Amino acid sequence: MVALVAVENLVKHFPVKRSLADVVAGRHPVVHAVDNVSFTLDENETVGLLGESGCGKTSTGRLLLKLDQPTSGRIEIAGKDLATLAGADLKAFRRTAQLVFQNPFDALNPRFNIRRVLAEPMINAGIDRREYADRINAELARVRMQGVGDLLDKFPHQLSGGQLQRIVLARALILGPKFIVADEPVSMLDVSVRAGVLNLMREIQETLGLTAIYISHDLALVRYVAARTFVMYLATVVEDGPTEQVISSPQHPYTKALLAAVPVPHVNQNREPLPIKGNMPNARNPPSGCRFHDRCPMAIARCAAEVPALREIEPGHRAACHLA
Amino acid sequence: MRDAVEPVQRQRTRFVAAIAPILAPLRDPFAATGVTIYIVFVLIAIFALSLVSHDPLEILFNDDGRLVAGEGPSRQHLLGTTTLGRDIFSQLVIGTRAALYVGLTAAVVVALIGTVVGLVSGYFGGWPDAVLMRLADVALGIPFLPFVILMAGFRGPRTSNIILGIALLLWPNTARVIRAQVLSVRERAFVEAARVTGASTWRILFVHVAPNILPLSFLYGSIAVGWAILTEASIAFLGFGPSNQVSWGSMLQDAYASQALSRGDYHWFVPPGLCIVLVVVAGFFVSRGYETILFPKLKD
Repeated sequence: MVALVAVENLVKHFPVKRSLADVVAGRHPVVHAVDNVSFTLDENETVGLLGESGCGKTSTGRLLLKLDQPTSGRIEIAGKDLATLAGADLKAFRRTAQLVFQNPFDALNPRFNIRRVLAEPMINAGIDRREYADRINAELARVRMQGVGDLLDKFPHQLSGGQLQRIVLARALILGPKFIVADEPVSMLDVSVRAGVLNLMREIQETLGLTAIYISHDLALVRYVAARTFVMYLATVVEDGPTEQVISSPQHPYTKALLAAVPVPHVNQNREPLPIKGNMPNARNPPSGCRFHDRCPMAIARCAAEVPALREIEPGHRAACHLA
Repeated sequence: MRDAVEPVQRQRTRFVAAIAPILAPLRDPFAATGVTIYIVFVLIAIFALSLVSHDPLEILFNDDGRLVAGEGPSRQHLLGTTTLGRDIFSQLVIGTRAALYVGLTAAVVVALIGTVVGLVSGYFGGWPDAVLMRLADVALGIPFLPFVILMAGFRGPRTSNIILGIALLLWPNTARVIRAQVLSVRERAFVEAARVTGASTWRILFVHVAPNILPLSFLYGSIAVGWAILTEASIAFLGFGPSNQVSWGSMLQDAYASQALSRGDYHWFVPPGLCIVLVVVAGFFVSRGYETILFPKLKD
């Protein structure tokens, strides 16, 4: 297997406005969005990036697409170091890596009709005008939208959420990317059309042999589409492994808590109280040692002192916990 | 044969597609009204010299040598005469030229400067934003009328100097509103989508962001029309305007100074007032029509 995406010690800190006290003390406060994240993705691999709001999963996705510059660390995609990409190389990279947006109602320019929306990437990539129509039709067929009459002349507000998300998908695919980041691809859609869009994405990804990252807070979604799962907590990856193993034998206490929080479709179901308490701590000032130690039911003295490394518990399954 | 015809046809459809957005707002009844008003005034301005019955500044005398002063509407003088014996209808017609010239030129300049400054300032932020906005603060801090008077005083009482003064002081309002709108538009996902599909910064700014703030430019442009016409009138009243030119503003000031209002000479001050209102309102109507094509969602 060839690694398509290689991430090494990725760090992203967002500067926060300094208060007077910060200026006096000479501090430069930052929000820790991504801290020391490393992983590699093989070609044709699908991973889920699981975590709650604010854990840094969207920031990671944006860094992978060079929509933000990392504070430190290295990202290599298809053999290119993202930090040094510029000019023609950056343009080529834009054809390689694409994003599927969370909110399809906002992801299409309200001023453009669908033809224009789908032509935009090709204009930017400098593709011959005469190819536009064929490529647009091919992509619409791929996302099962070819039967909709005068679709190309419609404006985004005239389409439903599911249709819009298929157009967003078609736009992402029209330049023939190898790597897709899907940031909560169905969270804004009606439950009734989610499965349809997800099936479509899975199928397209298999036929085209794409590498994909699904960013989600939804365990069921990740389980449905991804063979491998990362669990993120407070800017760090705490667990990484084959999805089924992560779910059947979670190694990190946070993953266990996540699994325990999955709703059960039964009204009178008696539930164990959640093993953890409180909220995710402030990302401006993360806890020492293991970031989860202040909420962890199993924490020992070592957890507050020493940052646990991500180590292999069983083949291909890693967790960042001293006790795992 | 077919091969010969096709390119021409394609060119024609492309031409139609290109002007469609310009003509589209005409389907909106308000916009159609606004455009009609504009067209009427433009035609009046163009054919002004054939429409007037007298020289607007000529002091008219009867055959028996008496001044034709303060007369009501008649066949000879459609809107009567001023207290100095000048034909009001002719003044109104000629005044259209000054009003349209000042109003539209100032509007275009103000909207253009305001839009470009707002776009650059809002999208790039950082030091360009800081510099441009401090410049805007300075321009906003300068009192409007005295500045325009100074412009006219130092550079001569010409209409172009009045327009320059208006343009130099009125752009910050437009720029600030556009900037605020850009700040919100640039955070939207479709702008990020443009970036991720490889659009350059300038392309994002002028192809993706600008069309979404353009109704505001039109709106502020049409507000500038009103401001420019009113300013020109005030300048004329204070005696800093070109003395050899008639405008609706100078007509109103003339009527005001001659106590036409207290004497009830409605035929004197109502027509120029009405004309100013019509032109300003027409601007708003047109901008309303453009809103529906710039924000297609409003149409449904």
